[in-house]
Amino acid sequence: MMAQILEVKNLKKYFQTPGGELHAVDNVSFRMEAGTTLGVVGESGCGKSTLGRTVLHLHESTDGKIFFQGEDITRVDKKKLKALREDMQIIFQDPYSSLNPRMSVSEIIREPLKRKGGRTKAELDTDVERLMDLVGLAQRFANSYPHELDGGRRQRIGIARALSLNPKFIVCDEPVSALDVSIQAQILNLMKDLQDQMGLSYIFITHDLSVVKHMSDEISVMYLGQMVEKASAAELFYHPIHPYTKALLSAIPIPKVNIERKRILLKGEITSPVNPKPGCRFAARCAYASEECKAPQTLEEVEPGHFVSCCCSKKFI
Amino acid sequence: MSNQNLLEIKGLKVSYQADGKKVCAVNGVDLVLEKGETLGLVGETGAGKTTIAKAILRILPQPQGHMDAGEIFVDGENLLTIPEAKMRKIRGKKISMIFQDPMTSLNPIRSVGDQISEAIQLHEKLSKTEIQQRAIEMLEQVGIPGSRYGDYPHQFSGGMKQRVVIAMALACHPELLLADEPTTALDVTIQAQVLDMMNRLKAEYGTSVVMITHDLGVIAEMCQQVAVIYAGEVVEFGTVEEIFEKPSHPYTKGLFGSLIDLEQDVERLSPIPGLMPDPTELPTGCKFAPRCPNCEEACRKGAIEDRKLSETHRVKCLRAEEVK
Repeated sequence: MMAQILEVKNLKKYFQTPGGELHAVDNVSFRMEAGTTLGVVGESGCGKSTLGRTVLHLHESTDGKIFFQGEDITRVDKKKLKALREDMQIIFQDPYSSLNPRMSVSEIIREPLKRKGGRTKAELDTDVERLMDLVGLAQRFANSYPHELDGGRRQRIGIARALSLNPKFIVCDEPVSALDVSIQAQILNLMKDLQDQMGLSYIFITHDLSVVKHMSDEISVMYLGQMVEKASAAELFYHPIHPYTKALLSAIPIPKVNIERKRILLKGEITSPVNPKPGCRFAARCAYASEECKAPQTLEEVEPGHFVSCCCSKKFI
Repeated sequence: MSNQNLLEIKGLKVSYQADGKKVCAVNGVDLVLEKGETLGLVGETGAGKTTIAKAILRILPQPQGHMDAGEIFVDGENLLTIPEAKMRKIRGKKISMIFQDPMTSLNPIRSVGDQISEAIQLHEKLSKTEIQQRAIEMLEQVGIPGSRYGDYPHQFSGGMKQRVVIAMALACHPELLLADEPTTALDVTIQAQVLDMMNRLKAEYGTSVVMITHDLGVIAEMCQQVAVIYAGEVVEFGTVEEIFEKPSHPYTKGLFGSLIDLEQDVERLSPIPGLMPDPTELPTGCKFAPRCPNCEEACRKGAIEDRKLSETHRVKCLRAEEVK
């Protein structure tokens, strides 16, 4: 059995808003093995980014536990956090706003190494060169500024920065959403190669279902702060059970002609995550909703390795 | 030209001036769109798709944008030669546009109802109450309750804002709708709703659409004709079946190769190597040559002529017939 890298138990992140308590992440539990990718998929506002950020302590969790390599890291002091950041990194969605416009490419990649300390200037230079090679950035860009580069290259800078301290675990928050398909494919290949070379574990957050299928070993689907379904990538795509997952999968525009499209059109839009009522949060848009759905739902293993949070799931298997 | 064509673009060239350099955004584009059809323009960021749409409406950013050559006929009338006053009557009436980003294309300090009414008021001789009536109808057409007429953009979600923008664009029942990435900013389930609605409204009003997108899935679903744009040129043009089943330009093939097929498990994707050429220093000859796996000496010399593969299918590649 592989080593467990991350375990999250009943994680909650609530934000106080003028309208009440916003349940961004509500009772999410999962565990992942080292060297694997957990895909987190869902629509805007479902809490997927908040989940990733809470795991990294970019937000402090409201409740629940986070274990990293078996160690409880739910509450840590500044010193411990600094050490943790070496092992846990993030690649941000927007390569335009996540890079300091006043720093050159080499300065951006150098920054984490400098903060860690203990390297001479010459060593730093070698490290930056090595990292640029690793992510496929030509050395001639070392003194360029982010605005001079295209989105794909900027995302490579973000990846080099995340890799600079040799992390074990990276939260990838929509890393290719801002990129064109041909560039997207280059970056996805790079991320897979780096994972193989360095044994990285990824939480891969995206709204793009084909990207998540390509990258992930396991996928969890989120809806309004809760995990509604979790299974291996193949299982989730071939045997989706939760009505939301089914609708989501059917909504992907398929780049093929002369195929039959069976689309489940959902009613309305995502409801508010502020002071949600107990019970299934998807019920308002669900074609199968009934009285039963007003009771709180739990994530249950309906088939080996396949978890669904839907009281009616037996009907859909 | 045939009377069937609503839009016909011939030899369009557009450039921008930036930092003393000439950015060649559109380099000799020929396109036709038949009445009632949807033409997809597909290509990557910076390919010139949006510039083509802006050139049609003559809303290129000034003073840096410049129309260097070409003709744009709508119903047989060359839009590039008519006076600005006449053009203003066409914008929002005969031709309208859905802009890419619903978050920034609405005025934050005016109610959505007012913003829809404005378009109607400019183009139709109607009384105030009739205008309001029509705006409410439009809102309801796109699935927003008329009671939200007085609400402001920030009170709507992204999907609903995009519906408002669509309602605004369709308020005067345009003959030609330029839809610039209308669903790119939306979630898939909302995208499905919006595409479904656009198809319904298109059928109802008989609108012809130019659909600009980088999403080949959206193209497959919405369009009859497809133009693949690369570095300001139409590198391949054909019916949706021809483009998807017999892609012939290496760039088109590369685009399909970059896509993730949901029905197959592949370990690695096959992206197109390299990047789009710098539009201030375009290669002579084929613009795709530096990235092309089949490039040969002749490809780098002089402009590439279109080759006809069928009545409806043309491709800008010297080796299109040779390399399969």
